[in-house]
Amino acid sequence: MSENKILQELLFYSGLHKTSPDIAHVEIHGNKVLGANLVEGLIVKSESFSEGVNIKIEVVKEIKNPVRFCFGLIPENGIQKINIDTVIKENASAEFFATCTFPNAKNIQHIMNANIIIEKNASLKYFERHIHGPEGGVLIVPVTEVFVKENARYSTEFELIKGAAGVIKLDYKAKVERHGIVDMKARIFGRLKDKIYIKESAHLKGENSVGVLTSHIALKDEANAIVENEIIADAAFARGHVDCKEIVQGKAVARAVPIVQVNNPKAHVTHEAAIGSVDSKQLETLLSRGLSEDEAVDLIINGLLK
Amino acid sequence: MSILELKNLTLVKDGKILLSNINIEIWAGYVHAIVGPNGAGKSTLANTIMGLHGYRNFVGDILFEGKSIKNLSIDERARLGITMVFQEPARFEGLAVDDFILAGVKEKKENLIDEALLKVGLDPLKYRKRAVDKTLSGGERKRIEIASIYAMKPKLVFLDEPDSGVDIDSVKFIFEIIKDFKKQGTTVILVTHSPEVLKQSDHAFLICAGKLICKGEVDKMFDYFTGKCAPCNHVGNPEIEDGKTI
Repeated sequence: MSENKILQELLFYSGLHKTSPDIAHVEIHGNKVLGANLVEGLIVKSESFSEGVNIKIEVVKEIKNPVRFCFGLIPENGIQKINIDTVIKENASAEFFATCTFPNAKNIQHIMNANIIIEKNASLKYFERHIHGPEGGVLIVPVTEVFVKENARYSTEFELIKGAAGVIKLDYKAKVERHGIVDMKARIFGRLKDKIYIKESAHLKGENSVGVLTSHIALKDEANAIVENEIIADAAFARGHVDCKEIVQGKAVARAVPIVQVNNPKAHVTHEAAIGSVDSKQLETLLSRGLSEDEAVDLIINGLLK
Repeated sequence: MSILELKNLTLVKDGKILLSNINIEIWAGYVHAIVGPNGAGKSTLANTIMGLHGYRNFVGDILFEGKSIKNLSIDERARLGITMVFQEPARFEGLAVDDFILAGVKEKKENLIDEALLKVGLDPLKYRKRAVDKTLSGGERKRIEIASIYAMKPKLVFLDEPDSGVDIDSVKFIFEIIKDFKKQGTTVILVTHSPEVLKQSDHAFLICAGKLICKGEVDKMFDYFTGKCAPCNHVGNPEIEDGKTI
């Protein structure tokens, strides 16, 4: 398959086939950068190696439109390692929208290591959507370390709803300085024999720092999920919340371990975790509208994962 | 013409008689009330007719438009045109008001959502994309729940304690939409212990201790309920009128 055809297919699956010159985008298939369009204030340098790509990103001013990243592998088998170092410079801001596409996966590994520094008064929103095939066959290992400096903001959302997840080992860590905010969300639908391991962690080191960790997981068939989200608050007036909701159907198994640690009497951290089948009150409400049980459960799960 | 008939309906749960030999005929196109003190069995009766979990194992029969629905599931009953506004509406995280309202609608017409929300006094621009979750107040959720039922255009709807947990503004809109249900041909059954809600009906049934005490036009039933039933302290041992019309 030609590089252009692979690129078109990658963009099609990602829903990114229509772009305009003022929207920055970068497309990476396997270890090759197939396409890129940069805008003022965004610096992206890449270097290929045998199994992947090293990328350095710098944002030096406010980027108005979301920057689109497209990672993926169209073949059934392969490895893609992406190492990303990102710096959002002081007072700069950006929104990254990444899609990771493995539509035909049978035996694919997607390993992503990201280091992100968000400098004083800067902000980054990072949204990552995974699109997998129906069979699973993917090992996803996203590992991210984020430093959120004074008065900076970082929000991230990981979404895997379409296709079978395969095996996911998500590990996100954030250190947050004074008045910094971190908001991490994961929304995943596990099917078949998917194995999902999520560890989100926020270390609230500075005064008035804020951390919110949210995981919404729906599982069916024989899928298995373990969610271990952790907030440690060191400083006065640091505030944090851990929220984990998992809906379990069939022979699926879910486990949630929220960890909260407060090292300062003026800090405040809360957590909530709910695991179980679909709520009977929600179900009966929708059944009384004439939806079948399957339709009602789908609607409830879609809402939870939205 | 009756749309719903209960024939010798008796429900026993955990050895306790919750409903005892109830015979009721609901006329189509009217607003009825099932009224009675707390714990009388009003919601139990509504839940049994709707077929909710835990209320299926009864003796007697329920006829809807002349046919038994005894063995039908909740969704099958709903597809026949029976539905219910629950006393405490469920919360749906992430489910948009739009999707919630359309969930039970067969004919999805343009402006249906806006029309339904406006009927309960909610601005569609503000509410359509909001989630039906804990960010809404009790009154807002109740109004959205009722809007969703209005959009369904059911044949028969139970409104279980429609004024509970809602503010005065919401109550005003809920009372208005009861009239709108009647105008669109929906038979309404209000389940209530509130004299104010009872006043919104045309006809009422008084239930106490799982028994039908009496029935009649709303003015007479209002007088009976407020004058005789409400001050009564012998819940569980009511003065039985044998379900007669007063």
